[in-house]
Amino acid sequence: MTTAGIRFEGVSHGFDENPVLRGIDLQLTERRIGIVGANGSGKSTLARMINGLVTPERGTVTVNGLDVKRQAKLVRREVGFIFTNPDNQIVMPTVQEDVAFTLRRRGLDAAEIAARTAEALDRFGLTALADRPAHRLSGGQKQLLALAAVLVAGPSIVVADEPTTLLDARNTRLITGLLVSLTQQVIVVTHDLEVLDGFDRVIVIDEGRVVADDLPPVALAAYLSLLA
Amino acid sequence: MIGLYRPGTSLVHRAPALLKLVVLAVLMVLVGVVADPVLLAGEFALVLALYALAGIPPLAAWPQIGPILWILVFAVPVQVLVAGGSADGWTTAGLMAGRLLVAVALAALFTLSTTVTAVLEAFQLILRPFRRWVDADRVGLLVALTIRCIPLVAEIVREVLEARRARGAQASVTALAVPVLVRSLYAADAIGEALAARGLDD
Repeated sequence: MTTAGIRFEGVSHGFDENPVLRGIDLQLTERRIGIVGANGSGKSTLARMINGLVTPERGTVTVNGLDVKRQAKLVRREVGFIFTNPDNQIVMPTVQEDVAFTLRRRGLDAAEIAARTAEALDRFGLTALADRPAHRLSGGQKQLLALAAVLVAGPSIVVADEPTTLLDARNTRLITGLLVSLTQQVIVVTHDLEVLDGFDRVIVIDEGRVVADDLPPVALAAYLSLLA
Repeated sequence: MIGLYRPGTSLVHRAPALLKLVVLAVLMVLVGVVADPVLLAGEFALVLALYALAGIPPLAAWPQIGPILWILVFAVPVQVLVAGGSADGWTTAGLMAGRLLVAVALAALFTLSTTVTAVLEAFQLILRPFRRWVDADRVGLLVALTIRCIPLVAEIVREVLEARRARGAQASVTALAVPVLVRSLYAADAIGEALAARGLDD
């Protein structure tokens, strides 16, 4: 049995009378996977389990063979997580310092931190903003910074929980384009169905269960009929 | 330290933060003990020279020095009154005002020429001998988060004040305190989760 990818086995979570997730069995190996569902359906909890932010009460979640419950530290090196509100993700006062902060915690030497930070800033078009206070950036720039700060650590998987909810149409296109262009496996939780253009697979969650899991046109049709 | 750093390559910028902290401490002591207006004027000239060396216009320190002037507007007359309005009283009050201005200008120069990262590294260096008892990384993270949370809480307060005005409840302390407290706690929770996601809970 291969250990590559993300595997949910018999995952249930939440109180018995009001479970958030019920009996989830999934193997996620495609490069671009979307997760959609109504508010409170359990999709964000599902996404958080991939990073070990939430651990399942029943069942197991493994990432490249690592158990998120027992090996959370190693899992987080594999999985980068982008939140809806980038303000909560920014730790350091300036753009450059925040990107470097992730690497400083990895115990790398100063020269390597500087080189990798400069490379990440360049890749995301943030070089000109390197010394700007992070809290004074626009929403789109903050989300770019959050993405740069996550990717500079070199994760093999990126999970984004509604990364475009607070953005305007232009920045939504920018962030979506960047997510799609990543070489990593990308899993996006979203309400914005346009974000899922070009994705390989879409999973629809409703009341804690997977109700559709297919190619985007089929799964999204199922989702829309659920909303109707 | 929030957004005040002015990038540069001067000697002052390049000097290690720990050295700058030591020099700052020594100069602060000197400023505190000086009792001669001429010597204080010399220290003021030294501060101006340091700003020139750093390539930072002294006016850049205005946002930090400005509020001190308001304190002096009240403190200087009080000092003169306490001294009975004598010439000595004016000298003492002038020295006190001068010391405060020079000290704040020096501190501002440190802030303007030093990144938070450099300050954190200096903290970690200072705490290294105590690593058996104190986790220097944790202290650094604590300082960074404290600095980071100031604009975050300020933004929450601004939004709540705006919402309070929109609902016509300008006079209600409850309408300010409760949402600010609740939103701050939610923000703290979200930041904790984001830190964990970035592997900072190891």
